Amino acid sequence: MSKAFLVLDDGRTFEGQSWGATGRAFGEAVFQTGMTGYQETLTDPSYHQQIVVMTAPHIGNTGMNTEDNESSKIWVAGFVVRNPSPITSNWRSEKSLVDVMIEQELVGISGVDTRALTRHLRDRGAMRVGIFSALDLTREEMVIEVRKSKQMSGSFLSEDVSTVKPYIVRATGEKRFTVVALDLGIKSATPRAMSQRGIETHVLPFNATYDEIMALNPDGVFLSNGPGDPSTMTETVSLVRELLSEEVPIFGICFGHQILGRALGFETYKLQFGHRGINQPVIDKRTGKVEITSHNHGFAIEAPVDTQFATVFGPGQVTHICLNDGVVEGLELLERGAFSVQYHPEAAAGPHDASYLFDNFIAMMLKYPRKVGVA
Amino acid sequence: MPRDTSIKSVLVIGSGPIVIGQACEFDYSGTQACRVLRAEGIRVILVNSNPATIMTDPEFADATYIEPITPEFIERIIAKERPDAILATLGGQTALNAAIGLYTAGTLERYGVKLIGADVDAIERGENREIFRTIVEKIGGESARSVICHTMDEILEGVKILGYPVVVRPSFTMGGLGSGIAFDEAALHQIAGAGLRHSPTSEVLLEESIIGWKEYELEVMRDSTDNVVIVCSIENIDPMGVHTGDSITVAPALTLTDVEYQRLRDLSISIIREVGVATGGCNIQFAVNPENGRIIVIEMNPRVSRSSALASKATGFPIAKIATKLAIGYTLDEIENDITKVTPASFEPTLDYVVVKAPRFAFEKFSDADPRLTTTMKSVGEAMAIGRSFPEALMKALRSLERKEAIFTFPTEVSEQRISSLMTQIGTPTEYRLQQVQQVLWAGISIEEVFSKSKIDRWFLTQIQLINDAAREIAQPGELTTEVLRTAKQWGFSDAQIATLRNVTEDDVRKTRAHLGVRPVYKTVDTCAAEFEAFTPYYYSSYEEETEVKPRSKPAVIILGSGPNRIGQGIEFDYSCVHASFTLREAGYETIMINCNPETVSTDYDTSDRLYFEPLTLEDVLEIVHAESQAGPVLGVITQLGGQTPLGLAAGLKNAGVTILGTSPEAINLAEERGAFGDVLASVGLTAPEFGMASSQMQAVEIAKKIGYPVLVRPSFVLGGRGMEIVYDDDALSSFISRATDITPDHPVLVDRFLDSAIEIDVDALYDGTELFLGGVMEHIEEAGIHSGDSACVLPAMTISAPQLQAIREATLKIAEGVGVRGLINIQFALAADRLYVLEANPRASRTVPFVSKATGVPLAKAAARISVGESIVQLREDGTLPATGDGIAKGISVKEAVLPWNRFRRSDGRGVDAVLGPEMRSTGEVMGISSTFGASYAKSQISAFGSLPKSGSVFISLADKDKESGVLAATALSTLGFRLFATAGTADFLDARGVKTARVRKASEGIGPYGEKTIVDLLNGGEINLVINTPVGRGTRADGWAIRTAAIQRSIPCITTTAGFNAAVEGIKVLQSGDLGVRPIQEWLKDV
Repeated sequence: MSKAFLVLDDGRTFEGQSWGATGRAFGEAVFQTGMTGYQETLTDPSYHQQIVVMTAPHIGNTGMNTEDNESSKIWVAGFVVRNPSPITSNWRSEKSLVDVMIEQELVGISGVDTRALTRHLRDRGAMRVGIFSALDLTREEMVIEVRKSKQMSGSFLSEDVSTVKPYIVRATGEKRFTVVALDLGIKSATPRAMSQRGIETHVLPFNATYDEIMALNPDGVFLSNGPGDPSTMTETVSLVRELLSEEVPIFGICFGHQILGRALGFETYKLQFGHRGINQPVIDKRTGKVEITSHNHGFAIEAPVDTQFATVFGPGQVTHICLNDGVVEGLELLERGAFSVQYHPEAAAGPHDASYLFDNFIAMMLKYPRKVGVA
Repeated sequence: MPRDTSIKSVLVIGSGPIVIGQACEFDYSGTQACRVLRAEGIRVILVNSNPATIMTDPEFADATYIEPITPEFIERIIAKERPDAILATLGGQTALNAAIGLYTAGTLERYGVKLIGADVDAIERGENREIFRTIVEKIGGESARSVICHTMDEILEGVKILGYPVVVRPSFTMGGLGSGIAFDEAALHQIAGAGLRHSPTSEVLLEESIIGWKEYELEVMRDSTDNVVIVCSIENIDPMGVHTGDSITVAPALTLTDVEYQRLRDLSISIIREVGVATGGCNIQFAVNPENGRIIVIEMNPRVSRSSALASKATGFPIAKIATKLAIGYTLDEIENDITKVTPASFEPTLDYVVVKAPRFAFEKFSDADPRLTTTMKSVGEAMAIGRSFPEALMKALRSLERKEAIFTFPTEVSEQRISSLMTQIGTPTEYRLQQVQQVLWAGISIEEVFSKSKIDRWFLTQIQLINDAAREIAQPGELTTEVLRTAKQWGFSDAQIATLRNVTEDDVRKTRAHLGVRPVYKTVDTCAAEFEAFTPYYYSSYEEETEVKPRSKPAVIILGSGPNRIGQGIEFDYSCVHASFTLREAGYETIMINCNPETVSTDYDTSDRLYFEPLTLEDVLEIVHAESQAGPVLGVITQLGGQTPLGLAAGLKNAGVTILGTSPEAINLAEERGAFGDVLASVGLTAPEFGMASSQMQAVEIAKKIGYPVLVRPSFVLGGRGMEIVYDDDALSSFISRATDITPDHPVLVDRFLDSAIEIDVDALYDGTELFLGGVMEHIEEAGIHSGDSACVLPAMTISAPQLQAIREATLKIAEGVGVRGLINIQFALAADRLYVLEANPRASRTVPFVSKATGVPLAKAAARISVGESIVQLREDGTLPATGDGIAKGISVKEAVLPWNRFRRSDGRGVDAVLGPEMRSTGEVMGISSTFGASYAKSQISAFGSLPKSGSVFISLADKDKESGVLAATALSTLGFRLFATAGTADFLDARGVKTARVRKASEGIGPYGEKTIVDLLNGGEINLVINTPVGRGTRADGWAIRTAAIQRSIPCITTTAGFNAAVEGIKVLQSGDLGVRPIQEWLKDV
């Protein structure tokens, strides 16, 4: 196995072995603390342009299968692990992880002290990194290359990850609702969760217009997760404001939650190292119940957590906060059908504690029905 | 929700003696519970019969009852203390069964006391298999197809539906007691018959076999507002068919995708809700078919379990502590995570390392026991190791077991014959199956072949293959470079393994490594994979880039723990280590604990200032000493408290330049080496029984002739009497030597004169170089010849005169002085014909230290630790650690009784192993009975250890010829007390001649008589005998005695095998008949002057 290097923006370098495809890869280094679910992570569009450090030491044990893909390809820009598995052992496995990495040209590095790296990112914040393998570069040259790469702050990435053409995910069983999902980087688990509840989901590209949406006469609109800096999403934010004015029920998750927040007039900010894991405790302030949830976000909304707030669409409140650090994790309007969470009710990977939110979405669509014929 | 303020006092029920399946993990959990409750200002009342526990230290509860854990005794405690609530979910199955007993007897209702944690309904739903199946079905899970049976007929009907092999599980037993896998009808009769007897409800479950499936456990916690978290997932490397306590296990689960893991998580949450465990922890076991992923829910424990302790240590999430907080009303989000300080307990720990647990067995102690691993737990202890990869953790776990057979080896050649024999062996799980697997993989057998035989997941097999590959690389000729060494270390190879592969010495490897700077770093167990800063220094080693050991300024004392529990070295030693840590912390030192036993209090992250969860080998300890010396001043290492494990490391540490605190390695050697110790005795005018050292069989026989039979034979350097036997003639001597020793001049065998019918005495004392403090003089109830660890003993000594006591004190002082002890010393004496013999001296904490401390109220281990760091007995008297004047004085009369694991073992033919005491230690634990009379204390000890002695009914007596005379008085007394006596011909004739009436009964070997007269075994099986007195001639020589004893053990009939025990039992029965056995907390006893 040939040597590979992981080089950080601040000059720190880790040596390891080349794994998967060789060459170079750049992105924002983020750590993921889930002990299961590397396949879902790799195929989650929200990780576009990020180099993911897995804190779990053994990765690849269960191989890759078609069922568990969250999209049609790997989005992660580079993959950093301690111990890659030389074999796969699982009855559903179709290919080994390393084969898929090579096929999809994902540059990886193994044998890294991932705990030291994670501690570094925790203390210094998420930063640009590069993985270099099978290359004859000095350390200085590698650092320079990293510093030339793109920053995550200010990145507009929806275009890269969104579907080009609309598609439909049919309801399982009887169709009860029509929902338009704006694809900002949607995971396949989301339409699946809606489908199971009798929702027909029309997945539209990120730049779908208000008219295109309303032409489908939806019972509600879903704002998906996705990569990038929410402050770059001015057009989508205006679109959401239009939908809110027309009282279209809206449910947003992750990136979609940040967009709803901005549409309500809040600012977003970048977290030091973000939340990426499947063990994050979130409390529902309304019930006091704690959910263990799947997170993947580097930005968050700045909103008052102790009081209700006023918006041009009526009063609202923060519904959920993360118990680890008090970050806003959920919002709702009190007199109009709109709510959002910063985390992933569709899980995949992660616990199913928050799947009730899809039921809440349905309840909201029932409470705020769209007037037929109004488009 | 804040805590329930209506709860002002709580009765905590402990788990009693250490037995297989229920070990010191419940001291760990119970101690945490007591601490939490007291910190909340709640009055804590505790009942536990086990004196060797930290939880029964007087300062951990307001009222500590060292009393039997039975509903009757607990009712007395409740009547006296009137607690508001009972916490029974932290004391294992014993506590849970006691709680159900209290409920059934109406005690809870009568006294208006509620169960917190899990109520009776939840316990019932979790443990009753029929109800549990319904629950699993209701929540959409699947159980193995099964049939509940209450009689043998039902069992035979049931198997017609399920087919063989079939799994048998008795209800309401712990550690899988009585369960097993039957491959045919004969086996079914044996296993299911015993199961019906062991189950308190005479209920067994027959189940479709899922042998070979993958096995998982999830540790779940729930609070009163229905928040649920999964603390840890555990995967068994040994697939279904081996009890999880006997399996090598790994955390987290490594071979499931997220989809599959989340399915197990969803099922677990639904189950805990449906069962209705109101608050606290439980564990749920699953089997997963490796071919298609079909999931079967196996069982749940609605309480904190052995796995919970493991999960706590594996993740840093203190399940017992949190369970206690939840039980008094807090919710998960209100409880702080101790480790990160900023995050709450309502989260799921995530691991950035791998944990491997390996069981430790004691089959060598039960040579006729069936070595196959089944669904009945047989291991006596476990070691846990942490690494940054599975191979690293596995290799560390295996060396933590302290058995050379456990460590992977890489022989240059494995013969065809050996391969084929190993290939047969790996089909049947036994103690060393994984090592056999490693050997065949090393020999080139394919993973597929090994998988098809063993069903061990291919992923684990591949990892072992990688270890083998690494061994090949290491063995390549050439220089030991940084790269070779670093790679070897990352795969978990010890210096010793590398040395063997390179044909150099371990020391060479260590020196090269130090020279090249290849040293481990230490990472933190932090519950969160470094997402948040950790404030708890709980470390493990790994060969990586960055160490997390923080600098410190106070002088540090490193305490070596005792490693995995084994027979002869268990919780008693952990007790002493924990005490040392507590007292040295108070005295201003920084304490650093090294241990690898996940069941213990010593490996709780807040027992010491720093915890290193590492193997107790010279290499691993030296590296920690090095790392800590870099971090700040290190005063030295304490090796005298953790038993033989640390003691064995003392010399090596000293040679490497490490300061040994307390008794020096030279002094240790002086006491352990027979010749040198003989010189010490001779120089101070003390006598040892005559002995000789033989380096050949012939020489042994000569020595025995010279000193006269009977003689005690054993190999030199042993703990727990391993490989000892008393022999009465040349033949037996020769047979023992060829069977149990590998006698050579390097491995001599000791032949000692055996003092027949001597009184044995155990002394624990402290010596600081000038003054002796005599902690306690214990008199054994059994005569010399029974291992001290298996013998019941009483404190104060009952039959020893004042001059004799004075002689014992003087002898103790002389020995302590002569050996050069600084700290604790334990000496065994024998009194025969008014002559005092010194049997042996151990310059370390002994098994009896906790017992003596409880009986006298003097914290001997604390005092020893302080002497180790240079304090004197005078100073310790001044600060109140030791009494102001005089020696330790027993408060009341305390009896310690050993608890033996006979019912756990069977021979390969399915019959029981012989239940005879001897010079080899076999007990797993101990209990204490305290009262103001010997009879009452003894009765309590028997109730705690074995259930109760009968108050009336029938007693079977069979005495060996040498014991007949001394048994007459006791037999007469029993008759007077109204018992009906049964005896076989010899004993009956003898007793008749002395005027004691007995009914004659046939021996098993005589068979049923011509008129249908039953044999004793028939009577026992028919439940017609309530007590058995059977003293054996010698081990294995009398099939009749064996048949009687095993039948008694299997029906849980008390069985006494010595005349001294017989006499004591009569005293106990008298007290039981006279009525009330009072209860009194230890705090009150200790106030007595």
